[in-house]
Amino acid sequence: MQLSHYLWNEDLKEMLESNKESLKLEAMKRIVGLIAKGKNASELFPAVVKNVANKNIELKKLVYVYLVRYAEEQQDLALLSISTFQRALKDPNQFIRASALRVLSSIRVPIIVPIMMVAIKEAAADLSPYVRKTSAHAIQKLYSLDPDQKEQLIEVIEKLLKDKSTLVAGSVVMAFEDVCPDRIDLIHKNYRKLCNLLVDVEEWGQVVIISMLTRYARTQFVSPWKEGAMFDENNDKAFYESDSEEKKDPTEDKPYIMDPDHRLLLRNTKPLLQSRNTAVVMSVAQLYWHLAPKHEVSAVTKSLVRLLRSHREVQYIVLQNIATMSIQRKGMFEPSMKSFYVRSTDATHIKTLKLEILTNLANEANISTILREFQTYVKSQDKAFAAATIQAIGRCATNISEVADTCLNGLVLLLSNRDETVVAESVVVIKKLLQTQPTQHSEIIKHMAKLFDNITVPMARASILWLMGEYCEKVPKIAPDVLRKMAKSFTVEEDIVKLQIVNLAAKLYLTNSKQTKLLTQYILNLGKYDQNYDIRDRTRFIRQLIVPSEKSGALNKYARRILLAPKPAPLLESAFKDRDRYQLGTLSHSLNTKASGYQELPDWPAVAPDQSVRNVEIIEPVKEWAPSLGKAKKPKSGDKFYSDEEDEKEEEGSDSSGSEDSSSSSSSGSSEESGSESEEESSGTSEKTSSDSGKSSTGSEGSSSDSVQNKKKKKTKKVVKKKSKPAAADSDSDENGNGPVASSSSSSAESSSGSETDSEGDSDSDSPAAQKKKNNVKSKPKVEVKSKKEVSLLDLDDFSPAPQSNTPKSAVLSSSLLSDLEGLSLSNVSPTIQVTTPSFGPMKTHELLHHMTGKGLSAKYHFPRQPCLYQPSMVGVQVILTNSSDHTLEEIHVGERNPASLNIHCFNTIERLEPEASVTVSMGIDFSDSTQAANFQLCTKEDGFSVSIQPAVGELLMPSTMTEQDFSKEQGKLLGMNEISETITMATANTSSQAISKQVLSVANLGVVSSSQSNFHRFAGRTVSSGDLVLVSLEVKESCSALLTINTEKSVMASMLLRDLKQALAQA
Amino acid sequence: MSTKRNFIDLQRHLKDRTRGAFSAAHTLLPYWHRVTHQWQLESAAEMIHSLFLINHTGDIFLEKHWKSVISRGVCDYFLEVKEKAVEPENVPPVLQTPHHYLISIYRDKLFFLSVIQTEVPPLFVIEFLHRVADTFQDYFGECSESIIKDNVVTVYELLEEMLDNGFPLATESNILKEMIKPPTILRSVVNTLTVLLFFPGSSNVGDKLPTGQLSNIPWRRAAVKYTNNEAYFDVIEEIDAILDKSGMTVFAEIQGVIEACTRLSGMPDLTLSFMNPRLLDDVSFHPCVRFKRWESERVLSFIPPDGNFTLMTYHVSSQNLVAIPVYVKQNISFFETGSCGRLDITIGPKQTMGKMVEGLMVTVHMPKAVLSVNLTASQGNYTYDLATKVLVWDIGKLNPQKPPNLRGTLSVQSGAPRPEENPALDIKLKIQQLAISGLKVNRLDMYGEKYKPFKGVKYMTKAGKFQVRT
Repeated sequence: MQLSHYLWNEDLKEMLESNKESLKLEAMKRIVGLIAKGKNASELFPAVVKNVANKNIELKKLVYVYLVRYAEEQQDLALLSISTFQRALKDPNQFIRASALRVLSSIRVPIIVPIMMVAIKEAAADLSPYVRKTSAHAIQKLYSLDPDQKEQLIEVIEKLLKDKSTLVAGSVVMAFEDVCPDRIDLIHKNYRKLCNLLVDVEEWGQVVIISMLTRYARTQFVSPWKEGAMFDENNDKAFYESDSEEKKDPTEDKPYIMDPDHRLLLRNTKPLLQSRNTAVVMSVAQLYWHLAPKHEVSAVTKSLVRLLRSHREVQYIVLQNIATMSIQRKGMFEPSMKSFYVRSTDATHIKTLKLEILTNLANEANISTILREFQTYVKSQDKAFAAATIQAIGRCATNISEVADTCLNGLVLLLSNRDETVVAESVVVIKKLLQTQPTQHSEIIKHMAKLFDNITVPMARASILWLMGEYCEKVPKIAPDVLRKMAKSFTVEEDIVKLQIVNLAAKLYLTNSKQTKLLTQYILNLGKYDQNYDIRDRTRFIRQLIVPSEKSGALNKYARRILLAPKPAPLLESAFKDRDRYQLGTLSHSLNTKASGYQELPDWPAVAPDQSVRNVEIIEPVKEWAPSLGKAKKPKSGDKFYSDEEDEKEEEGSDSSGSEDSSSSSSSGSSEESGSESEEESSGTSEKTSSDSGKSSTGSEGSSSDSVQNKKKKKTKKVVKKKSKPAAADSDSDENGNGPVASSSSSSAESSSGSETDSEGDSDSDSPAAQKKKNNVKSKPKVEVKSKKEVSLLDLDDFSPAPQSNTPKSAVLSSSLLSDLEGLSLSNVSPTIQVTTPSFGPMKTHELLHHMTGKGLSAKYHFPRQPCLYQPSMVGVQVILTNSSDHTLEEIHVGERNPASLNIHCFNTIERLEPEASVTVSMGIDFSDSTQAANFQLCTKEDGFSVSIQPAVGELLMPSTMTEQDFSKEQGKLLGMNEISETITMATANTSSQAISKQVLSVANLGVVSSSQSNFHRFAGRTVSSGDLVLVSLEVKESCSALLTINTEKSVMASMLLRDLKQALAQA
Repeated sequence: MSTKRNFIDLQRHLKDRTRGAFSAAHTLLPYWHRVTHQWQLESAAEMIHSLFLINHTGDIFLEKHWKSVISRGVCDYFLEVKEKAVEPENVPPVLQTPHHYLISIYRDKLFFLSVIQTEVPPLFVIEFLHRVADTFQDYFGECSESIIKDNVVTVYELLEEMLDNGFPLATESNILKEMIKPPTILRSVVNTLTVLLFFPGSSNVGDKLPTGQLSNIPWRRAAVKYTNNEAYFDVIEEIDAILDKSGMTVFAEIQGVIEACTRLSGMPDLTLSFMNPRLLDDVSFHPCVRFKRWESERVLSFIPPDGNFTLMTYHVSSQNLVAIPVYVKQNISFFETGSCGRLDITIGPKQTMGKMVEGLMVTVHMPKAVLSVNLTASQGNYTYDLATKVLVWDIGKLNPQKPPNLRGTLSVQSGAPRPEENPALDIKLKIQQLAISGLKVNRLDMYGEKYKPFKGVKYMTKAGKFQVRT
């Protein structure tokens, strides 16, 4: 055996050292097989570790498996592999960086702690969210390896918590929970972001985040369970009305107003009840249980009951939790009572739990149904379960006095059951019941006395004896006779029975000493010499107590009062009675003991801590990790957005709001709105949607979105008009996405996504009316247009009608789809360098088709600067089609294209376009990184018009973010003919860094690279089609001259871009 | 070569659990010791520490540790409980040992036992373990001891990807399949080829790595291409019911699931709508479904994963009366005198909506005292397993003209008391082309891609937990 083992290893070593990959692979596979079986393969370490740098991925993976398993034992040798990982940490491929970090951090060798620390810090700042996720995992590994690193690790956690990627969120919260769960202060600033991202986080992360947020909410909000929580609904509305945090309802008589952040959490977790992941559903359920106002908790019932269809193990945990919940809140589960009916095929522990719940749910109304059900269970072949049922009947009897007699009679009937355990259990339960209501039950006691000879279960015998003794005065004839029988069999009884015999004897001696004196003495004598010391002790004690003698003076007098004192009836309680001390859904709850690492759920604070800690302040443009452009653009944003999108008539409003309100963050008006306009509200939602999304997507720009809100308020009426066309919501939010309001326009779906879906959710859930309209509208565009007109007629007094004013609407799905999709997106990343935020999208609209040439059909287009969802290589184009003629245009679609190979994603055919109506549709065009125009035909039912879209070179780019170092590194790779530069003269107005950014971004869809030098400005992007890097750097020399450098492989684009930039910067 | 194989066999047959654990523990004692110490100090860290796969006889045939090694000895607590349990199903899923917590699931006659060190939501672990089992099922077609042993390397690679430091990493089948190819006959050939083609230089490794994990839609593989584009949806409804002795419905409800199989190129965006969505009471979705659209419009809008997946599950609102497709007349009785009993079961059609009832099967768990049965079936066959006391009557198609009947005598162990309770009957049945709730798919539309896919919807009704008390 030993020999073959040795040979075996030799063989493997040989294979590992061979030159053939296949042999090595084969060897590694066998070794993994050994590890899996738990065999020791540590001797092969030197041979295996040599292959760590092998190029073959599969082999490499297997080596990693081995390394992680044995590195701890072979620390010195393991160190040989470290340099390989260090090198891989710098690899351009994010997956390689991530996997290197994964393995490196899994090697539990204390000596490499510093290396791990450095690697984690670097990875935490990596551009790839996947690598950052890995670094969050590594934090925990390092922490368990060396807890002394805690402080440094907390810093990394703090940084990662700010991350806006859904990929990272779950993992970093996990690390937070592990390393510093008490540092709740780190969460404040990220609270809203986490709430908003939640829906899009992967399911495992959701569980962790939800449980952390439960704890957070318990420390930060006041209890919603007090009187007056009814007003909550009201407040709820107010919250939807506007997103501003500070808003308070002016009417102070309301005793409780839920913190909007509290509401936010409840609202954003609710959809997750529909998750397929049972752990997610359970965690939302526990969140509602611990945080929601009482009347809202029942929202989780259906979902929990649904989980009962899942695997046996899931049922077990869910039933446990329902059992705890059903004690406090019968009403929650009563409607689904039948779901807890037991099937004979259920496992025993499932049956018992269901029984427990049924018992908890029993009340006057349903008790007869439940008892009928119980009758079936008592007959179960599963005797443990039958016994549990009897206990349950006993509990029902004590809890519901109406049925006490019925239950008792039923139990007495069971006494004649053939099964011993059933009888025994019945006796025990009857005993308890009789204690609670000892009046005229002598019949039952007599009956039991008669059965006594047939009952052999000790506990049951003991119970009967106790009953005899306790109520001996009610059965004066029978009790002494029973004692007589027991005296005979005393020696063969079980201990527990013997104790009760002694008890019975003592009680009878006190009440009926004439008949029982001798018997008692006999029994006491037997007890005195019993083998069990408990019995000997008890006997001695009783003798002293009841038999008067010289020594025992004082106590003797009280013997009667001691032994025959009225005893409190035992409470028949649920085993889950006090489980609620543990947070639901936890391991501790399941085990009913405190598991290690369990964190108590704090009680609500009496007074809520400062709410403003959760406000996210504006972050300065330069230092932002994913740079946003800060204040400069805000005033502009207001203008831009509205002037372009809507019409002149709206400009007044936007102007004023843009300038005045941009920085005012609190809007007192919003709450009025909430209260008063229930009708408007529904319509207002879609608008709000956009403001919501704008806000959260930037994450930092509270004020800009506020301005939008304020403004919205001003335009309430107009909004109403718009409202009738819910489709507007979609296009609105889109544009908002692109427009300057949301700095995140095109690329960083990760941040905008969560919020957008979310805000859509609001509108959906709030305003069923609006939804319905929306539905109608979608299905029948015709009707919609009409209704719009009607409404606008009502409101027209104030505004001059403008033909295309009324919000472009999409009659087809495409644009709503777009926003939907963004909701889905996880994180939008290009292979190595993340494509991100800020485009300062100047929404230049270009004419596509004039209404004169188009026989009434006019079209305009602009580049929304959002990643095209149809194909990543396409540039998204939004086309606004307007019918300026006096007749309905039908079947508007894209016809032939030129060149024929042109790759266009067309919009769906628009069946009808009413006069005066307009729609916005999205298209995707693959320009192949050239500014050659895309020519195609725009057709109606009757005609076709040749049109062409010519992109500016700047629109063919997608912004990327990167650090300054990466920028320099990449720039270093793109020298020589890939670099062009020119000294340019700038207009004086453009010398400030904000102005430069603004101008550059208006020309090209680039991302700002934060810069440490104030005279250096860097911008990065990729070409949409081929993904080539385009790096723009601008070195400001003196007052007005600057060196503009563009590095890219696309030299044609570079020169065109240079020209455009030069022109833009020269202009004031 | 043969010596090696012999060696493996030897090892396998030794069943020497302690030996392996011992030698391992011995070699690594110094470090091991230190690490153990740290756990006790810190006790924090990962969610799932180790996984053991145990067969129904109690042999540990695979172990995987995501951190330090935990000795197999920890399973003894579990095995002890398992020994005591009459049925493997009765082992509680959560157990406590002095230093660890054990959370286990029982699937396909295997125990998946995970070792936990600290507080963690138990459902989190249970759900994950089931995902692991699902993944094995998905990869190997079944989830059995022999198939896991045969594919131990793939299993290990999967486990490595699914969990990082005890926290789930990649659990989507589409992503896993991009990283780890399911075993095929051609696999080994392809392997060598890929090695040659892809790894002369290191730069190409990225091609083999999962892009799906980073995409906006993590459940879908990138760059899917099919020559035949097709999307099939199976609406499967299960009737859960308890009928009492007299045939009255004690409890009945309908649970439905929509299983989908989509083989569509590119990035199709599908919309599925129902004629009568109001029927649906409680729903849960695959993550691909846009919940907002459902909330507002009651349509399912989604970009599907590639291949098979469960699109949604639903519960039909309890207001609607549930049609029970069959009636069951039964009479099972045991006589006080003479060690025998009588059994007589007839099944006939009740509310079948004019469809054929197929796959009819009745299972009876007889009381322990029943030694043997002597029955005649008017249709189909019956079997009685003497060891488990399970009577199975496989009927097949239900003939409405001539309701099948099973009758005869049961012989009971002499001297044993008359069984207290009559055994319940579990009914299985299938009805094709019918969703018993009346749910109908209205239409399926596809956006985002040009081609016309082939679309199909199939309905089926099955008996779920359908029990008749006697």
